[in-house]
Amino acid sequence: MSTPLITPELVAVDLVAADRDQATRALIDLLAAAGRVTDAEGFHADVRAREAQMATGMPGGIGLPHARSEFVTVPSLAVGKVPAGVDFGAPDGAATLVFLIAAPASGDADHLKILAALARRLVHPEFRQSLNDATDAETVARIITTEVVPA
Amino acid sequence: MKFVAVSSCPTGIAHTYMAAEALEQAGKAAGHEVVVETQGAAGTTPIDPAVIAAADGVIYAADLEVKDKNRFAGKPFVDVGVKKAVHDAPGVLAQAIAAVEAAQASGAPSAPTPVAAAPAAPARKPGVGSRIRQYLMTGVSYMIPFVAAGGILIALGFLLGTVAWGQDGAIAVTKIIGGGADNTFAAAYAAAHGIDLSASGASIGLTTFAQHFGWFSAASWAVAFFQIGAAAFGFLVPALSGYIAYGIADRTGIVPGFVGGTLAVTVGAGFLGGIITGFLAGFLALWLVNRKVPKGVRGLMPVVVIPLVATLVTGALTVLVIGPPMKIVNEGLSSWLNGLGTTALVPLGIVLGLMMCFDLGGPLNKVAYVFATTGLSNALASGAASSSGTEAKIMAAVMAAGMVPPLAVALATTLRPKMFTEAERESGKSAWLLGFSFISEGAIPFAAADPLRMIPSFMVGGAVTGGLSMAFGAGVLAPHGGIFVTPLVHQPLLFLLALLIGMVVSTALLIVAKGIGHGSDADLVAEDDLVSI
Repeated sequence: MSTPLITPELVAVDLVAADRDQATRALIDLLAAAGRVTDAEGFHADVRAREAQMATGMPGGIGLPHARSEFVTVPSLAVGKVPAGVDFGAPDGAATLVFLIAAPASGDADHLKILAALARRLVHPEFRQSLNDATDAETVARIITTEVVPA
Repeated sequence: MKFVAVSSCPTGIAHTYMAAEALEQAGKAAGHEVVVETQGAAGTTPIDPAVIAAADGVIYAADLEVKDKNRFAGKPFVDVGVKKAVHDAPGVLAQAIAAVEAAQASGAPSAPTPVAAAPAAPARKPGVGSRIRQYLMTGVSYMIPFVAAGGILIALGFLLGTVAWGQDGAIAVTKIIGGGADNTFAAAYAAAHGIDLSASGASIGLTTFAQHFGWFSAASWAVAFFQIGAAAFGFLVPALSGYIAYGIADRTGIVPGFVGGTLAVTVGAGFLGGIITGFLAGFLALWLVNRKVPKGVRGLMPVVVIPLVATLVTGALTVLVIGPPMKIVNEGLSSWLNGLGTTALVPLGIVLGLMMCFDLGGPLNKVAYVFATTGLSNALASGAASSSGTEAKIMAAVMAAGMVPPLAVALATTLRPKMFTEAERESGKSAWLLGFSFISEGAIPFAAADPLRMIPSFMVGGAVTGGLSMAFGAGVLAPHGGIFVTPLVHQPLLFLLALLIGMVVSTALLIVAKGIGHGSDADLVAEDDLVSI
């Protein structure tokens, strides 16, 4: 794997957003700045389309917007910590952790397996807790890189 | 309890895997075993069939069509969608447990198959034999509707033909399409339906037939039924082959399987040839699926490269490797049959009966049938035909023997329903009609699913009937029609008696054979050591 899934530049620790669209856009801009997304507007449209099919709010205060898109160059993850919370349509309340998964339209299996492993880890409360407790971008990126290992 | 589950979602990135993890964790927490197959963007690794067999119930947490759902057929299940599994996996698990308990309480044998067999051998992986059986059963289960639909339509065509033409109906109905002025049935039909056959070489094509379709003519409807049924029958071997390959390699197996099966028919290899092409196509496609290829080509693999290569190789092997020996077998047997002479009619009847029942429309069956019909048309051409003549006797023996296999499976499924699967029992009902109509193919689903037990039983019954029909001196000048042409048969009661005895013998053998070893098709999992073909 040449490019890591996540780097500290892709983490926003004190994200303030009025709604999920804004939160998503803030994370997309991080990906675009890192050169991982070629067209922020186009990718945002793909994420919105996916979000419209079924809300991606997950139990335990997680928002998980994601899309496979032709504007994505490298499978990537951007993370936003939203202390105030932002609604992602989960029945159990607002999301304090937002994970934006960006997958290329024709991703190969190895990358996709990493993303699958991430999704599986998110189910575990201790994983979510460790991210909630992390205070800086480096720690968030390190936790994810070390904990998310494909099965 | 043990559960298997399938999860999938529109993007195949997030929910699929969260649902899988949530269900597995919920199972762990509650002390149940949950094995999840994630049908997501990272590909699908099918659950081991042994695990499915051992499972008490199935959880569908899938927003997309579940791939190969028939693997889970017969088990109690809950279908909740992916989101519910992510948000409330323990609740979904509780629902699944309730579904299993409800199924057990109602006494419905949730799955005759695995539930009974699994506890005896929990750690066993399915062996080569039972895998092969499962692939065969997949092919057979998809073929059965073709046999039923096609066979019943053909039989109804015969029946309507009898209404339209009287006792010659079953012959007439097959002679209209493609028939010209030199064919009395076609000529009469053309005259009655305003079709002009005066041009030299003119014959009644399907479009001409349709243009002059008699909406109130029993003859028109009879021909339509027969033609549609025959078209459905054309898919019989291709479907068997195609869906065996599908069972092995999923969607990528279908094209090479169908093409291989079609070519197997063309080269005269019959349904046994179709089984071979099905396995060939399936394993070839599976092998190609598992090749590592450069990234740029990967997207083309499933839609272009695999079908192209697998079809080419399967097709070439069918035509070039399976084809030539079929021709040799055909010619060798034909000249051998002709050399047997017609002095010893009873042994000839036995041989013809064995051949008719070996491959049910395959090469040996064809040789025997063509031997009879060629003799018949020579006799008719010479003007010396009589229903008590030698040629008519040979035809009667062939026809009666060919009716034995479907009637034997029909009788066996009636007498011993527990020995057969649900689909086979249903198939057995239509086999009555197919058998009485001399449509030997009605027995193919049974022969294909369990050739080692079925085919010998058919052959012995067919030999008895063929020999007896000769000994009784039964004769007929009609090449097909079965029960519908009995009014044309010389010694009709003895003809039916010969048929009845062979059918009973075949059924008895079949039931005994089914009881040997592990018995019914229900024990797929237990049949580790049995290589069926």
